[in-house]
Amino acid sequence: MKKHAGVSAEKIYHLFIYVALITLAISIIIPVGWVFLASIKQNKEFYGSPWTLPEGFYFQNFIDAFEKANMGTYMLNSAMVTALALLILLVVALPAAYVLARYTFKGSRLMNSLFKAGLFINVNYIVVPIFLMLLKGDTLLREQIGDGFFLDNLFVLAVVYAATALPFTIYLLSSYFQSLPSTFEEAAMVDGAGYFKTMVKIMIPMARPSIITVILFNFLAFWNEYIIALTLIPGPNKTLPVGLMNLMAAQKSAANYGQMYAGMVLVMLPTLILYIIVQKKLTQGMTLGGLKD
Amino acid sequence: MSLYKWGGFSNHKVFVGINNFKILWTDMNFIRSLQNSVLLIVAVTIITMTLAVLFASILTREKMKGNSFFRVIFYIPNILSIVVIAGIFSAVYDPTTGLLNNMLALFNLDHLQKMWLGDQKIAIYSIGGALVWQAIGYYMVMYMAGIASIPESFYEASALEGAGRIRQFFDITLPLIWNNIRTTLTFFIISTINLSFLLVQAMTGGGPDGATEVFLSYMYKQAYTNSSYGYGMAIGVVIFLFSFALSAIISRVTKRDILEY
Repeated sequence: MKKHAGVSAEKIYHLFIYVALITLAISIIIPVGWVFLASIKQNKEFYGSPWTLPEGFYFQNFIDAFEKANMGTYMLNSAMVTALALLILLVVALPAAYVLARYTFKGSRLMNSLFKAGLFINVNYIVVPIFLMLLKGDTLLREQIGDGFFLDNLFVLAVVYAATALPFTIYLLSSYFQSLPSTFEEAAMVDGAGYFKTMVKIMIPMARPSIITVILFNFLAFWNEYIIALTLIPGPNKTLPVGLMNLMAAQKSAANYGQMYAGMVLVMLPTLILYIIVQKKLTQGMTLGGLKD
Repeated sequence: MSLYKWGGFSNHKVFVGINNFKILWTDMNFIRSLQNSVLLIVAVTIITMTLAVLFASILTREKMKGNSFFRVIFYIPNILSIVVIAGIFSAVYDPTTGLLNNMLALFNLDHLQKMWLGDQKIAIYSIGGALVWQAIGYYMVMYMAGIASIPESFYEASALEGAGRIRQFFDITLPLIWNNIRTTLTFFIISTINLSFLLVQAMTGGGPDGATEVFLSYMYKQAYTNSSYGYGMAIGVVIFLFSFALSAIISRVTKRDILEY
């Protein structure tokens, strides 16, 4: 009898857990899925109940988003900035992380702690000062050659992105470099490879797992970033999230819902696809350099 | 810079000493943004942390079907752009065609329907809801790694001595990942300050009538939109000191001996 009660308590407990898990899962799936469905609805369907399924596949929303709302250009801009920022980041961060991890020289400890301190500086605090700095540079240039360079420039935006991601990236990479055995380098030295060759040919290929993690995380960060882009690019060369912001603001007056949701799907889709491909790596990458069984 | 009165576009700076801070002290809008921020930090942190630890321990400890499915789903909000999240929640909270109000109507709970983002009293909680929704998955994955590394033998031994699941959770899981929680707590507070800013900026712009203003958004508004850079920077300094002090206090309060295993 007693055992029987135990079994049913166990069952209730399991049921309870499943209900909790499913509730949370539903609260995530439904809003995200709803946006996808909404993006193929026609405008008049939005005035009814939000739970109705789309009447058909109304692809015009996406075409409108691309043509009227310029989302195509913004997407290209975003892709360019993201790629460029990743490139700059890796070119700067890889050697820096390697050197900081392996060699001690005058000031190397100071450099290390400076980068660690950089982890605590938050981008949002320094957006306005960055803007002011660039503005000043622009005014100066305008006086000299009559044309600004720093503001409204996607290349500068990419540089700023890369710079803001540096501390975290260097921290992650150098802790990985530290965990690699140094015998490989010694062997390379014996075989006559210089410092640079050792780094490019031996160490960077070995650090591939952590480099992939860095690329993934920073891709998400750069692609989704919006406050810096909003501040530094006041002109028409916007990135995708800022473009979406404008679309959302315009939607409030123009009631062009389908187009807005199509824009949201455009922003979401690349990250979701990437996530589905690499989800194992992404959730594992977070514990990189952390605990191992 | 926080000691100057400066419009930002000219070179005309006036040194005003601590005057900016004095104005700050009597600025009711700033006080309100401070209250909102503190409210968000406290409420969102407690709710998210509790849920994240609970779900993490359920997903690692209980061997059930669909574990990895749930893990994959829970992490999704974290990869979405904050603008997209703002868009999603605008759709959810919309008073007439929103998902939440219609869902309530479906269950005959019409009296619970609200103007989720239009009501001055409720808007800040709505923002908090979005923040929790966004953050749970990330911290859950963090804790799952910690819990998975606790040796199975601990649980077996305690089960032999008759400890139930709840007892195991409080006496084994929680103390052993405490250090993990401590570190994430500091990160969490910093990121809540940030994300609340981004979300407010994208969702309500501080409205209705400044009811959802948090301090970073207030700083941004003063410095960028209102062009009083000196004042904005003074707010920035205060926020920085505040978050620094807060993390110091938290790491002091939550200090426990780290348990070895």
